[in-house]
Amino acid sequence: MKRVAVVVFPGSNCDADTLDAAQAAGSDAYYVWHRDTDLQQADVVVLPGGFSYGDYLRSGAIARFSPVMAAVAEHTRAGGPVLGICNGFQILCEAGLLPGALMRNAGLKFLSRPVRVRVEAADTPFTCRYERGEELVVPIAHGDGRYVADQKTLAELRANAQVVWRYVGDNPNSSVDGIAGVCNAARNVVGIMPHPERRNAPALGGQDGARVFLSMEARNATQPASDVRAVGGRHLRV
Amino acid sequence: MTGSRGKGATPFPGDPPITPRLVQEHNLTEAEYRRIEGMLGRRPTFAELGIFSALWSEHCSYKHSKPILKTFPTTGPHVVQGPGENAGVLRLPDGWAVAFKIESHNHPSAVEPYQGAATGAGGILRDVFTMGARPVALLNSLRFGPLEEPRNRYLFAGVVRGIGDYGNCVGVPTLGGEVDFASGYSGNPLVNAMCVGLLKERELITAAAHGVGNVLLAVGARTGRDGIHGASFASEELTHESEQRRPQVQVGDPFTEKLLLEASLELIHSGHIVAIQDMGAAGLTSSSAEMAARGGVGVEIDLSLVPTREPGMTPYEILLSESQERMLVVAKADRVAEVQAIAAKWELTATPIGRVTADGYYRATWKQQVVVEIPGQRLIEDCPVYHPEAAEDPAIAKLRSACPSPASPLPSPDEALLRLLDHPSLASKRWLFEQYDSTVQASTVIAPGGDAGVVRVRNAEFGIAVTTDCNSRYVLLNPYEGGKAAVAEAARNIACTGARPLGITDCLNFGSPERPAVFYQFREACRGIADACRALSTPVTGGNVSFYNESPTGAVDPTPVVGMVGLVSRVDRAVPSHARQPGDVVFIFGDTRPELGGSALWECLHGFVGGEPPAVDLATERRLVDLLVAGAEAGLFRSAHDCSQGGLGVAVAEVAMGGPYQPAGFGLDIDLTSYAIRLTPYDVLFSESHGRAVITCPPERASAVLALAQEHGVPAHRAGAVGPENGVLRVRLRDGAIEQPVARFREVYFEAIPRRMGD
Repeated sequence: MKRVAVVVFPGSNCDADTLDAAQAAGSDAYYVWHRDTDLQQADVVVLPGGFSYGDYLRSGAIARFSPVMAAVAEHTRAGGPVLGICNGFQILCEAGLLPGALMRNAGLKFLSRPVRVRVEAADTPFTCRYERGEELVVPIAHGDGRYVADQKTLAELRANAQVVWRYVGDNPNSSVDGIAGVCNAARNVVGIMPHPERRNAPALGGQDGARVFLSMEARNATQPASDVRAVGGRHLRV
Repeated sequence: MTGSRGKGATPFPGDPPITPRLVQEHNLTEAEYRRIEGMLGRRPTFAELGIFSALWSEHCSYKHSKPILKTFPTTGPHVVQGPGENAGVLRLPDGWAVAFKIESHNHPSAVEPYQGAATGAGGILRDVFTMGARPVALLNSLRFGPLEEPRNRYLFAGVVRGIGDYGNCVGVPTLGGEVDFASGYSGNPLVNAMCVGLLKERELITAAAHGVGNVLLAVGARTGRDGIHGASFASEELTHESEQRRPQVQVGDPFTEKLLLEASLELIHSGHIVAIQDMGAAGLTSSSAEMAARGGVGVEIDLSLVPTREPGMTPYEILLSESQERMLVVAKADRVAEVQAIAAKWELTATPIGRVTADGYYRATWKQQVVVEIPGQRLIEDCPVYHPEAAEDPAIAKLRSACPSPASPLPSPDEALLRLLDHPSLASKRWLFEQYDSTVQASTVIAPGGDAGVVRVRNAEFGIAVTTDCNSRYVLLNPYEGGKAAVAEAARNIACTGARPLGITDCLNFGSPERPAVFYQFREACRGIADACRALSTPVTGGNVSFYNESPTGAVDPTPVVGMVGLVSRVDRAVPSHARQPGDVVFIFGDTRPELGGSALWECLHGFVGGEPPAVDLATERRLVDLLVAGAEAGLFRSAHDCSQGGLGVAVAEVAMGGPYQPAGFGLDIDLTSYAIRLTPYDVLFSESHGRAVITCPPERASAVLALAQEHGVPAHRAGAVGPENGVLRVRLRDGAIEQPVARFREVYFEAIPRRMGD
């Protein structure tokens, strides 16, 4: 059973859904408040979706300065797995933990709909329970989901196979290369725009997203980030 | 905070003198003003005049509607909280309860669509979470003028974006609603927002202040000069000058709302507070005065302690500001520090501003000076009640007996159906609901686009179904039948998902009650709603009256919107509205009569709104609802869809076309040659008779479906079968037919609104 820290920023609104999905996959999941600097021996860190600080400036631009982010960066440096979903992906890009950036959807509207994505990389801690090339249906719900990166970065992403999910058919926000999710070069940090936590049960229209969370529990998918120390942190009760 | 008791309030330095003109500007009549002087035994201060103006506005006092609202059925074994609170509450299984309420934000949205609609969503969310419920669904019922006019497109786009940006940020899924376009709404759009929340019944908290010495705290945003007199603005007609009201429209901050939501729920669960209320319409004034009156206590507030956005705000402004995202909390006297700590965790301030008193006065001071002193109970309860004259407009009676001119012949049934599906009122609302997050909270079982939205309840077997409905054409032509129809259609929509209708909230949008023709519509529509609610066992748990929806072009079409919640006993058996499996059998439940009055067919093809609208037989409706629920619970149906606007033709097309995110629909092969044999093809296809639904079921369950329908006394006609994916919709009639690829219908239906919006 992996310890999964779900970070809560002011304005996170998928924190409960994400915690639930991780618990449903068998993880020992708990909340960490953004002011805490202790991840409590987390094996995995998840930054959930939402509108951190209202995203009034730029999605994720304020949250990257939250005290918890130093610990998250430390965790990634130690090779610990980190997943950012939607706003979490935006925060990871803003924090420089993932390449590229997420801009306003090309249609300039918020879009909430199911999309089809193809698994392009099955060798990350969050996709190892999928087959490469497999197609999934998962919902998106975002206004700023158009992935962009400069030519050099894109070339690196291709060369290192860092594209994790790619939109198939409908590219809802006109992301470059149809990119719906990427990982860092070390492959332990993953960001995805669609919401796998919203498709993990038949009653929710399908369970294509469940294996993101089951992947976290897979053997050897994660390694303990043992050099992250506890400093007066606590569980957040909501 | 020790004002001189009983000596009355004195004017604040700089207050204007109270003149007849000032009284008039506050929308108070001479008689009302005399009543105020009588109550106080002196001339009111400027702040007091403002308070009376707000609390005695139609919006807050229901002075024209109260006697009618009292005729609604409001009780039932599962009613936990009826009208009079921030939201109604109904009992669910396993100790759960559902809190829900609908409210209008029409006038602000007419002058500033984005913020008007956004703050409408914000206000209704607060009404629900101040009951201790976590909001789990939003719905909105919208009315605009035709999209051909640029101003209407601007209002429509702004309202949708406003609702979306607010609800999306707070993290509450929008699960449904309705949108209608008609010229009657051109000058005065309607924006009604409904919120549904879940709570454990034992955690219910109400907004009644009690406990002398308990402390009033202002929690959340600071008080600014925005929205002063919003309640009064909502209680007057829109004019060409209304545009100048734009700076009065409040500005929403959904991020603060989200923090306030979490802080409020934590405060309620902590046990440190005894009451909580949103500072909504009429702001601090109404929240504090209503909480005191409900608890039968007095309150005393020192306005100089209220955190403001700018210096120099007067008592008048502080009392009447409608700045958003503010809560008034009554804390136990010894728990102020604990309340402040919870607020601080959510990065909010909580400032003590007053206390509960024993003398029953509603008192506000500025430091030592008393600026308001009104007998609290009488302030709320002594508002005059009016019994306006009601008389039907003879022009409407004439319209009811009219028919469209026979000069314009109808096109073929295929063409007529395509024209209907291209009408924005009937077409897919994908363009809107795609801008609303419909899956946050990971509980959405049936997303927007079906008959009703359905959400699961975590760790429970059951779920909740939600919808809003009103066909204003029917209400215009026959308000009594129209009122019944709004409830009946809501119940059918709920029941199609397999849910048992539980109760309603209503948003009654009408013109000026001072006009007999309008008050007649109001009275009759309410009588219809009351009768239907009794027949369908769905008590009214609260709602909102929005009068004065008038612009220089006249009153809006009468629009009593019904918001309904239902209980799906097994959420894994919730029934979607579209065909899903080739070879399934199609049944039509209910009878079709020649009832084209008020129909979409006449409106779209003849530009004619008239005739006698279809009558609702409530006993028939009840039987259909029972059948739909029983069939779903037994797992017999693969899909169920009600017949409403556009009749059977539009209903079968919608069953065939499928959801917006399916790659294709299914063909349907329907034979109506032996159904309703005396009717013309147009009557069969487009009559809007109530009490009907179209269901599909696996062939092996067809006989069970027939038997169940017979048992419930509902006529069931085996009409055909579901065809292949991306097939043809074929409807055979005695005298004509429809035969078109489903893809053709999908193209028209899903593109009708985007095409008009230039997307």
